[in-house]
Amino acid sequence: MARKKPCGTYSLGIESTADDFSIGISAFDGEILANITDAYIPFEGGIHPREAARHHAEVSGRVLEEAFRKSGTKPRELSIIAFSQGPGLGPCLRTGATVARALASYLNIPLIGVNHCIAHIEIGKLKTEAVDPITLYVSGGNTIVAAFSAGRYRVFGETLDIALGNCLDVFAREAGLHQEKGLPFGAVIEKLALDGKELVPLPYTVKGMDLSLSGLLTAAVNIFRKRDHRIEDLCYSIQETAFSMVTEVTERALAHTEKEEVLLTGGVAANKRLQSMIETIAEEHDARFAVVPSQFATDNGAMVAWTGILAFKHGMVTPIDRSFVRLKWRLEEVEIPWIS
Amino acid sequence: MDKLKTPTLIKKGAEASLYLSLWHDRKVILKKRLPKKYRPNALDTQIRIFRTIHEPQLMHEARKAGVPTPTIFMVDVKNATIIMEFIDGIQVKQMLTEISPRERQGLCLEIGKLIGKLHGNSIIHGDLTTSNMIMNSEGRIFFVDFGLGERSSETEARGVDLHLMKRALHSTHCGFAEKCFDSVVEGYSETLGLEEARMVLSKAKEIERRGRYVEERTA
Repeated sequence: MARKKPCGTYSLGIESTADDFSIGISAFDGEILANITDAYIPFEGGIHPREAARHHAEVSGRVLEEAFRKSGTKPRELSIIAFSQGPGLGPCLRTGATVARALASYLNIPLIGVNHCIAHIEIGKLKTEAVDPITLYVSGGNTIVAAFSAGRYRVFGETLDIALGNCLDVFAREAGLHQEKGLPFGAVIEKLALDGKELVPLPYTVKGMDLSLSGLLTAAVNIFRKRDHRIEDLCYSIQETAFSMVTEVTERALAHTEKEEVLLTGGVAANKRLQSMIETIAEEHDARFAVVPSQFATDNGAMVAWTGILAFKHGMVTPIDRSFVRLKWRLEEVEIPWIS
Repeated sequence: MDKLKTPTLIKKGAEASLYLSLWHDRKVILKKRLPKKYRPNALDTQIRIFRTIHEPQLMHEARKAGVPTPTIFMVDVKNATIIMEFIDGIQVKQMLTEISPRERQGLCLEIGKLIGKLHGNSIIHGDLTTSNMIMNSEGRIFFVDFGLGERSSETEARGVDLHLMKRALHSTHCGFAEKCFDSVVEGYSETLGLEEARMVLSKAKEIERRGRYVEERTA
């Protein structure tokens, strides 16, 4: 089926901050033409940065070809190359950055380094038509409550230690749960939790608008090792307790900022139980609830391509000699000229 | 709970709703922690009851330590409601942007002194933001909302408290957050003592670095 190409030009975005290598192609009007991802699945344990980077290098050519094929665009039709410049794992970021630099210099088009966290917020806004939301961004590496104020996204609350997705992943591994191909550990826990009945007490740690999850993880693992609770009950209790914590801090930020929209984004946003909790507080404060569609919830190239367009339209480009990766790049460091 | 006249909702916070009411001819605030539908019942009740009991105790202790807090009149545990004195004043959050840099410095110095008093008396506020501080017509600063507070004299807990204050200043008053925090620290060191304050500050920095993606060099 021949598809009419949207007018304007195209942006190619490369995402490689952690275990996913992904390339997305977006038209300048925001239509996503391709979003191809290949995930590195560790043989055992968590993400090994060097192994993940090797995976990314191996699949990059194929993912790139597939993105062009799926989108029906040609390399010469691209106007810009965007890439996740940080935050993330060094070796993984460097692999994506290398591909990005090579493409940009070969095609002689501008290169744009994009902040990964901001890309998660922007794709959520694009896909849900949210304008000025309070955002809960939850993933394997991040747990952040942010909102736009005075030229930048500001962090209102965040985890003081580990990320929500990380907490779920580590518990799943410690409990010996099996990851199905293509399904993250979070989804395995979500499924088991559906059969949970008993709420096992776990530490509930909210500090102002920040929260801490490491104590909950340790407690959950210790309880699991005693083997006197069903795994379904434990999964249920972890979800209920941890999600209640992030929901409480999101509600605090919502009440504090009085924004009229709540956006849920990032990999853990795909969890239905978390969605329903956030939706509840949105309703209570007469705010609109928006959740990123699941194909754009996990790390993806499309969000990078789109955020690259926003930045490029406002004259933000990254010269090759300034395109070094930024492992600890916080989102409030980035000027956001595209929101007035 | 008799003799309560038509409470009017004045603030719907995230955690509790505040009503202005008359109680034995006194202007009072009813702080009611309403059930949260998103949490499982058992967890929700436990959290609300715990905070309802805990908060007045800490407020009372803070007052004994010389930090102004509203007087507690009654605690209705079953309904998760606290009846306390109404403080007629303005939130520090609103004031900070309106006053001169000089006045701001003085105000933050005073806030720092009060935090130092709390910490010196083993009280952790747990949610130090400029919206939880109210200045009355006589210029006294009242601390409210101790719901997330705890009793502790550990450097770690003090550090988190101070870190939260800094974060709150940065997210709400980004233009002059640094200067404000410097004044807070100055007042804090005055009441807690230089030695202990230094320990807390270095812990606060450690806590900041523990967070996600914090550049070593800026810490």
